[in-house]
Amino acid sequence: MSLDAVVPRPAAPAVLPRSGGLRGVLSDLLWRRPGLLLLLMLAPPLLWLGIVYVGSLFALLLQSFFSIDEFSGLINRQFTLKTYGDLFQATNLDIILRTVTMAALVTLASAVIAFPIAYYAARYARGRWKALFYLGIMLPLWSSYLVKVYAWKLILAKEGILTWLFDKLHLSWLLDAWLSLPIVGGNSLSVSFTGTFIVFVYVWLPFMILPVQAALERVPGNLVEASSDLGASPGQTFRNVLFPLALPGIVAGSIFTFSLTLGDYIIPQIIGTSRLFIGQAVYAQQGTAGNIPLAAAFTVVPIVIMGFYLWGAKRMGAFDAL
Amino acid sequence: MRSDRGQSAPFSLKLAAACGLLFLHLPILLIFVYAFTTEEKSFVWPPPGFTAQWFAVTWNRPDVWQALSLSVRVAAISTLIALILGTLCSAAVSRSKFFGRETVSLLVILPIALPGIITGIALRSAFALTDIPFSFWTIVLGHATFCVVVVYNNAVARFRRTSGSMIEASMDLGADGFQTFRHVVLPNIATALLAGGMLAFALSFDEVIVTTFTAGQQQTLPIWMLEELIRPRQRPVTNVVAMVVVLVTLLPILFAYYLTRDGDQIAGSGK
Amino acid sequence: MTSAVSFKQVSRHFGSVRAVDAVDLDIAPGEFFAMLGPSGSGKTTCLRLIAGFEQPTAGSISIFGERAEGVPPYRRNVNTVFQDYALFPHLNVLDNVAYGLMVKGVGKAERHKAAEEALALVRLPGYGGRRPGQLSGGQRQRVALARALVNQPKVLLLDEPLGALDLKLRENMQEELKSLQKALGITFVFVTHDQGEALSMADRVAVFNDGRIMQVGTPEDIYQQPSTRFVADFVGSSNVLPPDFVQRYSGQHRWGSLRPESIRVGRAASGDGVAARVVSSNYLGATTRLLLDADGLKLHAMIPAGISLPEPGEAVMLTFNRDQLHLMDEPA
Repeated sequence: MSLDAVVPRPAAPAVLPRSGGLRGVLSDLLWRRPGLLLLLMLAPPLLWLGIVYVGSLFALLLQSFFSIDEFSGLINRQFTLKTYGDLFQATNLDIILRTVTMAALVTLASAVIAFPIAYYAARYARGRWKALFYLGIMLPLWSSYLVKVYAWKLILAKEGILTWLFDKLHLSWLLDAWLSLPIVGGNSLSVSFTGTFIVFVYVWLPFMILPVQAALERVPGNLVEASSDLGASPGQTFRNVLFPLALPGIVAGSIFTFSLTLGDYIIPQIIGTSRLFIGQAVYAQQGTAGNIPLAAAFTVVPIVIMGFYLWGAKRMGAFDAL
Repeated sequence: MRSDRGQSAPFSLKLAAACGLLFLHLPILLIFVYAFTTEEKSFVWPPPGFTAQWFAVTWNRPDVWQALSLSVRVAAISTLIALILGTLCSAAVSRSKFFGRETVSLLVILPIALPGIITGIALRSAFALTDIPFSFWTIVLGHATFCVVVVYNNAVARFRRTSGSMIEASMDLGADGFQTFRHVVLPNIATALLAGGMLAFALSFDEVIVTTFTAGQQQTLPIWMLEELIRPRQRPVTNVVAMVVVLVTLLPILFAYYLTRDGDQIAGSGK
Repeated sequence: MTSAVSFKQVSRHFGSVRAVDAVDLDIAPGEFFAMLGPSGSGKTTCLRLIAGFEQPTAGSISIFGERAEGVPPYRRNVNTVFQDYALFPHLNVLDNVAYGLMVKGVGKAERHKAAEEALALVRLPGYGGRRPGQLSGGQRQRVALARALVNQPKVLLLDEPLGALDLKLRENMQEELKSLQKALGITFVFVTHDQGEALSMADRVAVFNDGRIMQVGTPEDIYQQPSTRFVADFVGSSNVLPPDFVQRYSGQHRWGSLRPESIRVGRAASGDGVAARVVSSNYLGATTRLLLDADGLKLHAMIPAGISLPEPGEAVMLTFNRDQLHLMDEPA
């Protein structure tokens, strides 16, 4: 064994000189002033998000207080609440009510479908199956949104696979009866609220499964056993133990399903009736009508609704499950 | 729920979970069948016959290639910007506890937490107010903004698992700040950044809602598809494009999952 | 002669917390120096001040006569073995050890050769190709040691390096570190909360409490002649005797200490000595530890194996040599 490699040379200095050039100076400076380093790291992202994003949100808010000159179609850049007043016209209130109702129904259905998947993934899936479940939820989540909508256009088309399936099962009468109902019915599923509803549920479902699964993962398994040990039926165990514990997860998931439904304008445009949702109204106002102020005022509606929703969700402790 | 090992699920639960997963996956698989149908005028099921001719037809469509090229360029530049901004932000947030740290996290997550239409119309009205004309860069501006969060989420998760004493160890051994970043920090977060970059690319490549407000007359691939969805003109070509889009977005997601499979989860709730 | 490390009135405050408070300290070159104290006593902060991870709020630090305040860690010829070893998981063992040489610009062949030699020195020859994750705790510790030593530091800092090891391994490593230090002649500064470790390894020990140094001295000094009640109690659990008690035996009204093994326990119920009652006894193998109650004063005594033991509750008479009663500096 040789000690040569590690025995120190007696003459070696205890403090080494600064390495030459700009790098040495800069490196020492940033080490001595950690606040400066932090500032340098934070400045680019904060400037970007602050100017591009927050700036745009303020521009949006500002626009909503402008109005449009009804004769020239030009935007009048003067402060007014007139545009907000326009929101309360019957047709616009109709749009808001329709959208909120749809969002609520979609959220409810997503929760019902998501629960068994999340429950199975959290409680029974192990090892390889767990990974498979995870991918099974992540892949549809990350798949192309438009392709998913397109797939349902194929499925719900009058000549599509669903009609064919009902026919093969000799259940065409059931489909026809449903389509002849007012409001939910229509010429075919792809031009009915039922179709819009199905596609919304499909597209947002993964956003519900993940938080519910995360909430259920945190429930100790022995709690469920304790409940059945104490003589509770499976139904009682679900009602009194599982559901309350999963509730923060469901609320967290509902933030996504609710908010995403409120803001979407593509799904009802492609699959649905000609009656508008908030998103479509925004799109139409800024595009063909050129009425950016009214479009801006319309987007404030989902922001306000989501504000109340988040406030309620926070009180239920839903943010821990995100 | 760790104590249920070995216990098997009730049949009804298995059935419900399996049906739910089928509901999630079958529609996407259907796209693959339609890409080969011989029918051009409708969405008829079952397909009257199968053919691979639409792949050749699509291949020779310049509008599809233009849209694809725009989408790839936008996604690449947006991913690059998101990588830089997301890494800086996550490093700052993980490195020190400073006043307003929570606000920074919130600011990063906000563009994806609010519905896309709000981000879209906000950018649109900002462009209108400041008289910025639509261009390649207005699309990138929007995309990079909401892509930052996926890079940020992945990098923050990795920083959390990386021991802080490693940076001290590197400095103790004589490496200055730049050398420490180059030889210790970067290799440790590289796979997380790669995964975040993949997801950011997939997110940007697929984005349509914000893009409709920032693109003007330009067509990205999703916008091309959207036009076809609203006014179907070339159903077979759309079918093929849809299938290609599924495959193109699938690969980065699987790769990102592979890169981060032990420990961090890919930040799905960030989408 | 220049000190290896010298603190002059060094303080490090975190807000209102005085982690290190006006500490004076001189560590001689080639010394094996231990900083001993309970957690939160400031010993680790002192180590980090030497390494350069912390900067003093006040006072001056010099290393081999050179002022160190404001000098970043990477420009100090001082290396640290971290408590959690802090090996780089993305590098193999050889590249971990060669890291310091690599960032200094030493060529690949040369630095790998030096790293191999350092690994041989810590008795891990041929382990260079492995990943840190494939090593046991003891092996990782040796790699951390080699990684620091290969830089030929003027001072080696060790932060609780044996804390994560099990007892047997810890004893082996104590001896190894000691002989390594002797062979290399490098100044070792060693932080520990284990008084046995400090006493058995160090040339000199500094006992820390509440950000201050209570006493500095050789292990014998610290053990036999604690200067304060804290030191007496923390290092080897001496009996702390109140001034009134001490005055009866020494004539001086001061705090005193008495080692448990200095007390003889007699079974006589009367005679010369301190009357006491046995409260409990605790069998430790080579010795038995008795807890005694002398009229309200709690005392410990160590009885070597082979001597018959009194029963709990029995009245006994305690005696000791007066010269073994140590008078402490701490004022009454």
